[in-house]
Parts: sequence; structure tokens; C-alpha cells
Amino acid sequence: MIGRRFLRQALPFLSLAVVLAAIFFVQPRTMSYFGLNLMLQYAVPIALATIAQMFVITVNDLDLSIGPFVGLVGSIAATLLYDDPVLGMAALLACIAAYGAVGALIHSRNLPSIVVTLGLSFVWLGISVLILPTPGGNAPGWLKWLMAVQIPLVPFPIVAAIIIGGAVQLALMYSSFGVIARGAGGNPRALARAGWSMLWTKVAMYSLAGFFGVLSGLSLLGLTTSADAHVADRYTLYSIAGVILGGGEFIGGRVSPMGAVVGALTLALAGSFLIFLRISPDWQIGAQGAILIVVLALRAAVTLGEARR
Amino acid sequence: MTPETIRLDGVEKTFGAVRALAGMDLTVAAGECLGLVGHNGAGKSTLMHILAGTLAPTRGELTAAGTRVGGQWSTAAAQGQGIRCVFQELSLCPNLTVAENTRIVHGSLRGPGWKPRARALIRAKLDEIFPGHGIGADDEIASLAIGKRQMAEIARAFTVTDNPLRLVILDEPTSSLDAVTTHQLLDYVRRETARGTAIILISHLLGEILGTSDRIVVMKDGRKAAERAAKDFDRTSLVAAMGSEARPGDTTRAATRQASNADLMVRAVPAAGGGTAFEARKGEIVGLAGLAGHGQTRMLLQIFSKDRAEVAAPVAFIAGDRQSDGIFNLWSIARNITVRSFSALRRGGLIDLGREARLAEEWKSRIGIRTPDVDNNILTLSGGNQQKTLFARALASDAAIILMDDPMRGVDVGTKQEVYGMIRQQAEQGRTFIWYTTEIEELSHCDRAYVFRNGAISASLAVADLTEEKVLEASFAEAAR
Repeated sequence: MIGRRFLRQALPFLSLAVVLAAIFFVQPRTMSYFGLNLMLQYAVPIALATIAQMFVITVNDLDLSIGPFVGLVGSIAATLLYDDPVLGMAALLACIAAYGAVGALIHSRNLPSIVVTLGLSFVWLGISVLILPTPGGNAPGWLKWLMAVQIPLVPFPIVAAIIIGGAVQLALMYSSFGVIARGAGGNPRALARAGWSMLWTKVAMYSLAGFFGVLSGLSLLGLTTSADAHVADRYTLYSIAGVILGGGEFIGGRVSPMGAVVGALTLALAGSFLIFLRISPDWQIGAQGAILIVVLALRAAVTLGEARR
Repeated sequence: MTPETIRLDGVEKTFGAVRALAGMDLTVAAGECLGLVGHNGAGKSTLMHILAGTLAPTRGELTAAGTRVGGQWSTAAAQGQGIRCVFQELSLCPNLTVAENTRIVHGSLRGPGWKPRARALIRAKLDEIFPGHGIGADDEIASLAIGKRQMAEIARAFTVTDNPLRLVILDEPTSSLDAVTTHQLLDYVRRETARGTAIILISHLLGEILGTSDRIVVMKDGRKAAERAAKDFDRTSLVAAMGSEARPGDTTRAATRQASNADLMVRAVPAAGGGTAFEARKGEIVGLAGLAGHGQTRMLLQIFSKDRAEVAAPVAFIAGDRQSDGIFNLWSIARNITVRSFSALRRGGLIDLGREARLAEEWKSRIGIRTPDVDNNILTLSGGNQQKTLFARALASDAAIILMDDPMRGVDVGTKQEVYGMIRQQAEQGRTFIWYTTEIEELSHCDRAYVFRNGAISASLAVADLTEEKVLEASFAEAAR
């Protein structure tokens, strides 16, 4: 019993190890500080977007707008925040507040989150095109500096991933607030009967999603140094895949922050691996999908074995 | 006179045109155990929802601990007054551990070290109520069997942090508990009331109510039909007050049957082995007895999936945990009845809607589902009628073997009697029933019973031996014979 449960929790980490081993085998030169830094650079914004998605999935919803939202944050940061830090900060805070409001709307009107966020994805995209009609803008200097930090021995993206994953793990899995948040996904009715407000729980979770979406957009801008409204469109699917790959489930409040970060790293590395194999970019999305299916099939096998015992 | 914990004066509750409570007066004194009985739909659930603060009364007054509460009655206010509820459908989060579920009902379990405190709190209470429970504070609810979940929820309701504990409402608390844990719980109820906590006990098992409560209130059609000290009631007068005629279970039927020469329908070997194989013949009603969770449901699933089992005819399954295994929440009553028969209702690859409607209508009237329209959503029915729908689903199908997984959980006496009659009549027409039940009384409707112990069959009892004593004896039999 313990062995199975452990296996299920270890699966994301095993998947990461397998992908990493495959890369080292195909391209041994990546097995270096510089190689890892280069490969995992873009994993930081993906990991942050995955965490954002995970907060929404915790309360049994799905956010189909996180990609364009990350793009919007990049556009705001490359223009408003660069020109006028105060106004830029205010705009970003407004973005987070907007996410909270979306959570309130979805809960109070009992709307399907998929529909609302799908609609919103076009809104975010529209606003960012208005702000930044053509790719361009400038990243604030401190952002570029932050994303170019070099830490001795361990590459920065790995340290960043551990910090992000660890902090969220602590907040969601071990704090007393996290219990309420996950309980809201597990049995909303029980939570309401215990006197908790489902509305505020959802607002809190969506606001957290907005906050991590903003972090994702900022970190992406720090890497790319200039913004594009469409730069993060793929993040929507990456983030969902990352959460699921990391051991989360769509409903029932079962999520794993550390797993989600590891899932994001795995997806980012899987992209690099496919490039090393010289698979044409046209096939990459399909190949990433195949990796996802393999991991999920493995998990289903483990879970099935658990149920049968 | 002991101080009152809560008082209701003329409380009414209407849902649209439906009057669930029609002027209810109720006083609960500190340290008393109040038994509450009534048919499904008598208004018991609505009443407890109002006490728990999850529903606001349409009219009437509520007085808690001497002070009148007006419009501010809510779940939080009820908890502040020390009122706790154990609802019939479990209110635990399956993805959280036992300790984490404890935290959910205690706002004060927060800050550093909340988890060790939550663990200690729930562990101490479980040990106190259910010695030898075998539940770990860090077990995930989803990994626990339904009986253990119920134990965890009951224990949770009795934990105390900063709010006082004044009144606990237990709605069918023993529906998934076995004989031993039921006994432990009822003992604890007596100890807890002695400490001054009031307890409202709602149960369809009249023996429990009569044996445990100090006072019994009978509800009927949203109001109080009778109220007397428990010692002034007996089984017959209680049932009479509820307004349904309970016939004493007659065990004559089985004696007249000649089961042995009928053809064998099912033969299965329990997963845990043991010397005895399970067998059921055409037209038999075979009971599966023993303590809850000792392999009875597993046996049913084994037959259903034909795993190490020879099964000679189509099978239908009637779930006991209807919320998770039985009903389709979003579907109409009719669809919930016909879903098992779609292949028979097909015409040219599509469902013949006319025939489907006729089938649903036929079984609605045959089994007596109380609804104006079978096209209503299934959730408009009371629990007992939802369960009847599941019976209709199985009986309307082509299945010759009906598996029943303790299907009478929380069903009222009148409905039970109707269903028993239906089972008997269907068995006479040649259907085979395999019936797992946690209520020993129900075994009197069976021809034979197998008693399960640790996943294996510990005894096979003929109808003459189906006494409570024999069943309990076999349930507690040690593995080494």
C-alpha cells in the first residue's frame, strides 16, 4: 500500500529523471552547468504558469486563459512598467484583481470556468495587442538582471524551481489555509457546511493564479527582453499538462505543487530532447503529447494496482 | 428542569410550493438524547438543516441557549452555539486526511503546529468512541472504507476546541457501521449526554432509538405527530405513530421452497479463499452477512465482473452508496430507471423514446416511486425514492441475477416493507437475489445466508439458523476453526 502510494508520488520525479537521462545520453555535452542552464531557462516561466493553473485546478476549475494572460503581463511590463513603474505596478495589480473577480463571477453565477476563461483568453489577447501592436518594448533592467543571475554550482533555473515548488508546497499542502483550499476541491458542500465561504476561497485561489501568472509573465519578459502578445499562447496547454504530469487531477482537489513544477520542467526538457533528436518542430507538439500519454498511462496502471489490492 | 439547549417555535420551511416543515415546535434540554423518527420526507432532514444553520426557516423562531436568534442564523452562528451535525451523506473531503478534515470544522486549528494538534484531537476522540478503530490520523479519507469514514466523521463532530459542544445531531449515524461499532457509538452517546451534551438521534433502526433515547419525537408531514418519553413507546406504538403498518417479518416463505433442485445460477470462490464456495440457485434469495467490510461487497463485485465466478445469466447491481455508485445526478428519474435497459430499447441503433417512456412509467407505478412526473430530475426525489429508482432500474432490466449492496441504508420502514415484498415476488418468478445486508433483521427475508469473515465465508446458514445469535457467532468466529 505504502509502496504504491509512494510510487505514484514519485512518478513525476521518475519521469523527469528518465527524460534527463535520455538527453544526457543523446547529447552528453548538456551534462554541464552551462548546458542545464540553457535548457532549463524557459522552464521558470512555464513552472510559474503551471503553479497558476494548479491553483485553479485545485478548486475543480480549468483556466484556458493563462497563456494569453502571461502574454498580456509581458506586454504591460515591456511598455507601462518600463516607462512608468508606478503605473505599471498598478496595472499588474489590476490584472490580479481581475483574476479574483473572474473567480467570484464563476462561483456566484455558477458558470463553467472553461467557457468563461476561453472567452477571457481573447480579451487578454485583445488588450495586449492594443498595448503592444507589434512585438517590441523593453524589459526593465532589474528583470533582465534577475533572470540572468548566475549562482555557483547549481544552475539558477533549478534553484528557482525548488524555491517556487517548495514555497507553494508549504502553503498549499501544509498550512491550515491550504487544507481549506484543497477541501474546496474535494467536497465543496462539506466546506460550506463547516461555515467556510466558497466564494472567498475561490476568489483567493483565482487571485493566487493571477499573481503567479504575473510572475510568469515577468520572468518570461526578463528572458526574452522584449514582448510579444502571442509569446505565451502555448502556456495554456503546457500549464495544464504540467499539473497533470505532476500528479494532479482535474477534479477532487488532488494537486501536488512540487510535482507540478517537476512536470513543467519535464515538459520543457522534453522539448529540448526532441530538438536533439532532430524531430521537426511540426511533430514536437505531437511528441510531447505522446510523452504525456505514456506518463498518464503509467499512473493509471499504478492507481489501478492500488485499487485492486 | 434542566436548561434548554435549543428551542424551535412554530418553525416553517417551504421550498416553492412544497411545505417541508409545517410549524414545528421542539425543545431540546441539555444532557438529553432525543430520538427523532419519521418517514423519508417527514421533514427530519429539513429540520436538522435548520438547526445546523445550512437552511434558514421561512417562518418561526429559534432560541439557542436562552437567546433568540433572528435573521443572523448561519452555519457559523450554529457552530458558535456549539451545534454540530453528522449528515447522512458524508461531509468529509475525500482528498484530505482525517486530521485535515478535523481542521476544516475548527477555525482555531491554525498557525504553527496546527497539524499535530489536529492529529492528537481526532485520535483521542476516535480512541474514546471507537476503541480499536484502526484509523490513522494521516489516512486519506478516500482510502478508508465507508464504515470507517462514518466513524471518522462522527468522532470529528464530538471534538472540542474553542467553541463549546452543546448539541450534536446524528442523522442515521449507524447506517454504515457494523454491530460492534454501532454498540460503541450508542454507549458513547449515553456517556456524552451524561456530561451535559444534548444529542438528537435520527435513525430508522427503531431498536436503536428505543434503547438509546430519553425522549422520542415522531414527525409526520412536516410536523410533530407524537412526543413521549422513550419508555412509553414500544416498537409497535412507534411504528403506529409514524403512520405506517410494519408487518412482522415472516420467515415461512423459505420453508416452502425447494431450492436445492433448482438450477445453479452463480458459483464463486471468495478472493481470500477459504473452504466454502458461494452458490446461488434460480429463484433464491441469498444473504451475505457478517461485520461490515469483511468481503461481502467484494464478493458482489466478483460476481458482477465474473472474476473467479461462474455466472449463468445477466446480472444487475443495486448500489447501496447511491450518491457515488448509483444515481446519475443530472438525469431524469426515467433515464435513471432505463439506463440498464438501453440495449433492449434500441431500434435501428437509436433509443426508442416511446418504449423508454413506457418502461419508466410502468416501473414507476409498479414500485411506487412518489413523483408527479418521471421526467423530473432524480434529485427531486427523497432518499428512499431514489433508492426505489435504483431497484426499478435493476428489475426493469433483463437481469436474472440481482446483486444488492446493502441497498436499504437509510431507507424508511414503509419503503423497506414495499421493497421486501417486491423482492419476494420477483424471486418467486425465478429471479435470483444476492443480498448483502448490515441489518440482521433483513436476513429473515432470505432463504439462506453466508456469513463473511476476513474476506472468506465463515459459515453458511440455512433459514432455520438465521438468528441474530448464530450470525453474530459466525461473524466473530476466529479464522482458525
